Amino acid sequence: MTEKTVIKQRREPLFHIVKRDDMVWWKVWGVRAIAIVASILVMVFISSLLTGKGMGKTVEIMYRGVFGRIEKGSFKMLFKYLEETAILLCLALALTPAFKMKFWNCGAEGQALMGGLGAMVCMIELEGKLPTAVLIPVIAVVSILCGAIWGVIPAIFKALFDTNETLFTLMMNYIATQIIAYYVYIKGGGSNVIQPVEAGIAPSTGNSRYYINISIVIAITFIAYIYLKYSKHGYEISVVGESRNTARYIGINVKKVIIRTMLISGAVCGIAGMILVAGKDHSIRTATVGGQGFTAIMMAWLGQCNPFITAFMTAIIVFLNLGAAKVADSCYLNSAFADIFVGVVILCVVGCEFFIRYSFKFRGSRKGDK
Amino acid sequence: MIIQFICRAILLGVPLLYGSVGEIVTEKSGHLNLGIPGIMYVGAISGIIGSFFYEQACGNDIAKMNAFLAVLIPFLCAIVGSVIIGLIYSFLTVTLRANQNVTGLALTTFGIGLGNFFGGSLTKIGGGSETFIALTRTSGFFSAKIPFADKLGWFGDIFLSHDFLTYLAIIIAVIVSLVLNRTRVGLNLRAVGESPATADAAGINVTRYKYFATCIGSAIAGLGGLQYVMAYANGVWTNNAFGDRGWMAIALVIFALWKPSVAIVGSFLFGALCNANNYIQGLGTATQELFKMLPYVVTIIVLVVISMRKRREFQPPAHLGLPYFREER
Repeated sequence: MTEKTVIKQRREPLFHIVKRDDMVWWKVWGVRAIAIVASILVMVFISSLLTGKGMGKTVEIMYRGVFGRIEKGSFKMLFKYLEETAILLCLALALTPAFKMKFWNCGAEGQALMGGLGAMVCMIELEGKLPTAVLIPVIAVVSILCGAIWGVIPAIFKALFDTNETLFTLMMNYIATQIIAYYVYIKGGGSNVIQPVEAGIAPSTGNSRYYINISIVIAITFIAYIYLKYSKHGYEISVVGESRNTARYIGINVKKVIIRTMLISGAVCGIAGMILVAGKDHSIRTATVGGQGFTAIMMAWLGQCNPFITAFMTAIIVFLNLGAAKVADSCYLNSAFADIFVGVVILCVVGCEFFIRYSFKFRGSRKGDK
Repeated sequence: MIIQFICRAILLGVPLLYGSVGEIVTEKSGHLNLGIPGIMYVGAISGIIGSFFYEQACGNDIAKMNAFLAVLIPFLCAIVGSVIIGLIYSFLTVTLRANQNVTGLALTTFGIGLGNFFGGSLTKIGGGSETFIALTRTSGFFSAKIPFADKLGWFGDIFLSHDFLTYLAIIIAVIVSLVLNRTRVGLNLRAVGESPATADAAGINVTRYKYFATCIGSAIAGLGGLQYVMAYANGVWTNNAFGDRGWMAIALVIFALWKPSVAIVGSFLFGALCNANNYIQGLGTATQELFKMLPYVVTIIVLVVISMRKRREFQPPAHLGLPYFREER
């Protein structure tokens, strides 16, 4: 070959991306806060365009729609909001240990449904046969067991054969949904609804159900924080999450940790299902969890494996979700607008992580070269 | 009745085929796009929006509508809508290296929200008086059949009686299969999914491949949504009617072992499994509900078996779900 090799002279690109060292915590939270606030403002602006109301009015509709008139002593709406937050938070907390272990549990929906099913079976079969003091622990144990079993099946296969857990847990959701559909059909007498049952962990009328449901989740939040931060199990989870090889090297039984963590994750999902069925609805249907199992995955991720941050993020997202639905309702638009609203906010927060982990180096800014 | 069953299975299977072929293309580049269910909703609703305004522009009069435009407008709208979502996904996961699972799930929430929002509010926004969207005219153009099909007996019914999107799905699957396995582009794409660092060292533009794979995959998946509303649902939009077909498409990717050619057979099999409960004599409604879990159970079994056997050609792309950063060691 007589061709002359021509080396194409390329200019150095304008900037390139480098990995950042750890950012100061207040800067990290500054970036996140900017992302959240900016995306909320944009979405409020879009909704005010859609509804034709001003931005201030839109925010007011959201606030009133979620909290009601607290200053006039009406706490009903506030309790409803807190209960919604508590249920989503419970699911998110269930996923947190699994995520810390880098186990993508996308099956919260199914695990909560199975937990709810366990509670429902107990409520229907044992109503009136056991005193309430005995029935409540029975419901709790059964729903925790059901959730844990549903969570541990993918974990066993992950531990033994390294089966892809994301896809496995996703599929388990739909199997659970069909089991619920089957059960509802049998117990509902072919009507697709099970009439609410009086039995449960909380009375179906009055405000006391809110206290019970919310305080269970508050307790779980503290326990989760201590478990992840101060217990030996929590340490093992974070080592397995960081590096399986390191874990093996220092003598952690990785398989055991995976299975144990998923037992816990599934069990807490089971508790969420129990709150939904035995505490809130006193009945079950295929939409009882209503996609919150998937939202919880995002919440757990936004919470950075810290239960208190998760709680904070969940409170914001639930507020936006309920509020945006009210805004859409207020001018007869479809309330699925809430999903768009929340979706955009989450996408912005997910995207802003880039600026926390990476930084730009510009062409001119290099010193000492040349 | 068997012929009817097969036709029905094919009709139900086509959206899954589109979704899974789209997802296969994306996964071959190493990206697990869990936004596919949302993208399929967006594809469906973009097509609906396009044809809604086209029908309005024609004064809702079928005589004024041009068959070619009536098909082309929704078709292009569906592609544009789903590519936009695909671009958002690839910008976040490729350029910003965000977590793929979270981004995908957020996009699914977002996409389903978009679908239901416009599906429920389009008539109001467009100033119409109807309370729901029924684009039966456009749907008529979409489900136009080959004229002599019904004269050929069972052969015509099974092979020739479908809408053009069904044939397009099979053609796309075959093309994708050929491109992936027989061309340089396909080889490069697979290299990107298996080991982006190696591909990068070999001079392949990893970012470009990932962007194109995700966007082309999204466009294909979006057509699945379009096929569902136009050919299956006769142009009638009902919120959440598309259901969990998007997740089933992701299940089908595993079932097909990341091979588009297997996905063709797999999608019709899934369609048959979804539908079998209606054709087995003596099943109660309750048992039918249990039957509907069959596709998922089969998928799990496949997933477990391939992970147990560890055959190399049956494995997912090695770098699936992991972000690639060139300067990382």
